[in-house]
Amino acid sequence: MKKNRLHEQMYNLGMTTFSLVVALMIGAVLFVIAGANPITAYWVMFTAPLQDIFGITEMFVRAAPLLLVALGISISFRSGILNIGGEGQILVGAIFGLFIALYAPQMHWSVMVPLIFVASFAGGALWGGIAGWMRAYLNVNEILSTVMLNYVAIQIYNFLIRGPMMDKQEIAYGTGASQTARIAREYWLTKLIPGARMHSGMIIAIIMAVIVFFFLWKTIYGYRMRAVGAEIKASRYAGINTKWYLLLAMLLAGGFAGMAGAVEILGVHHRGLESISAGYGFSGIVVALFGGLHPLGAIPASVVFGLLIVGADMMQRAVQVPAYVILAIQGLIILAIVSSNVFITKKGMRAKVINLLKKMTGRG
Amino acid sequence: MIFEIMIGIISAAIPLSITFVLVGIGEMFNQRAGVYNLGAEGIMMVGAFLGFYVEYVMQSGPGSSFLGMLAAIAVGALMGGLMGLVCVKFKAEQGIAGIALYMLGWGIAGMLFRVYIGGTTSIEGLKAIEFPLLTDIPVLGPLLFSHNVMVYITLLIVPFSWYLLNKTAWGLKVKAVGTAPRAADTMGVKVDRTRIQCVVLAGAMAGLAGAYLSICQTHMYADNITAGRGFIAVALVYFGKWKPSGILFGALLFSLAHSFQRSIQVYGIDFPYEVAVVFPYLLVIVVLALSGRSNVMAPAVLGKPYYRELRD
Repeated sequence: MKKNRLHEQMYNLGMTTFSLVVALMIGAVLFVIAGANPITAYWVMFTAPLQDIFGITEMFVRAAPLLLVALGISISFRSGILNIGGEGQILVGAIFGLFIALYAPQMHWSVMVPLIFVASFAGGALWGGIAGWMRAYLNVNEILSTVMLNYVAIQIYNFLIRGPMMDKQEIAYGTGASQTARIAREYWLTKLIPGARMHSGMIIAIIMAVIVFFFLWKTIYGYRMRAVGAEIKASRYAGINTKWYLLLAMLLAGGFAGMAGAVEILGVHHRGLESISAGYGFSGIVVALFGGLHPLGAIPASVVFGLLIVGADMMQRAVQVPAYVILAIQGLIILAIVSSNVFITKKGMRAKVINLLKKMTGRG
Repeated sequence: MIFEIMIGIISAAIPLSITFVLVGIGEMFNQRAGVYNLGAEGIMMVGAFLGFYVEYVMQSGPGSSFLGMLAAIAVGALMGGLMGLVCVKFKAEQGIAGIALYMLGWGIAGMLFRVYIGGTTSIEGLKAIEFPLLTDIPVLGPLLFSHNVMVYITLLIVPFSWYLLNKTAWGLKVKAVGTAPRAADTMGVKVDRTRIQCVVLAGAMAGLAGAYLSICQTHMYADNITAGRGFIAVALVYFGKWKPSGILFGALLFSLAHSFQRSIQVYGIDFPYEVAVVFPYLLVIVVLALSGRSNVMAPAVLGKPYYRELRD
């Protein structure tokens, strides 16, 4: 029994790895179209960041928001609700956090930092909750509503940092860069290594991952959310208030994305800037899927994709292919992973693959 | 004066609605067959770039515009085929696959634009047709006879797609595989093949819609040129209750609101730029909220893959 389980895990891991390889191979075509050698490009992408302290620390700087967003995505996908609104939720979370950080009465950091995180969580939860409420009570497709809410959030955020929340100094000097004032230094997340940007955000994210794991698998609420995701009709017959759990899933999903916003303003930029969400809302989906929609699986997955994002920047300089390509490659990775799912979950398809493997390796 | 402004608003709305109609009709076909394609936005981006690029390279008048649109149709069909492979053949979760296709298209278009063009460049594109005499008729002229050729072609596509869906054997197959795939299969309809045909068709139309945007509407290419239009079109399919006429109506209504909002700015009523930009998206959210109940009209197995070898 134990051995079977191990085999199963190996099989699943093998499938995910295989789909990653397929996606990267198709992605190689893109590099060729862009006029670069795909082998060099991939080599730079995967190894260059690991060669010095800067690259490694940057990898974790990217991994922290990715992990937080992925936690939210995992919760919502497990509950059967496809949250594409990470970008918007990050931005609204950042707005709420900035509001507390810049305008609330100054207090000791041990009060303020948690308060900022709570505010960001609430902001993201609000934004996710709108889509969740519309899905649960008005039967509105959550993918469309979250996408629309992304566009709305971007405009609100840009309006605020260009207008009401713009840095007074920028206005006074007439430089007019659209950004807010800087957050007081004592609220910044602690730098873990002197001279690098790496901050305690990753530690916070990992703690959150453990909490989400316990919530989903060790509490009745988590159980019910997973039940709603697995079989909504059966859950309703079993007396679960499915609408409330759909809403809760989106509140939490948005909340964690909002926390990613707090990590970015307190840990990296120390103020509100344009495009602070940096595509993490979408990359978080890839991380969550790559981590098997499991909060603990998302931890290594976030590091892998942190590496990929930093690597893409370095690759851009090395082989002159725009870092945009990483967006396309992430798309391919998702396509490959969701395609391979059928060989994992459906027993008939699974048997086919195993038979094929047995034939190929020549063992009966 | 007021009357003229209104005519102006309406005649500006008609070409704006074409992108939505093209994507929406295509999306209607694949949803009728039971497949969501939320990747339409990504396909549009690639179509918009490729259409623009072909015309930019050839630089030889309307001929190159049409060649650009053909190229966009081809690449759209190809990406539709990819979506079909993943969602129909490999039975992947369609919502996620659609988002992946969106990211793929966005990334490809963004990358190619930077590699091959770099900055904002405009092209000739297709201009509005000047009909002798007809264009000068006071009211009807601007309303009916002042558009580019794709507007008229698209307006022909609408009744044609109604005919295709409701009066041909293929249309019946499409509706059958989207309503009762098991029964259709029993009757000898190839479920997966019909679905893939629909997704490829929809991809081609999304590609064309993208090219329309760059070649006929804006005469340029810019990052994120589609600005959510692909998603809005999917919302309009819901709003239009999966019917060509409904989609056309929704697209016109939406474009009318959009064009009204733009003319308010032109005529000097001042409100923040961001509010104006956000307006269409808010409108879509409201439309979605209002048409949520129409989901009972949705194709019965929308989003559910068909496993031929398994029992239901």
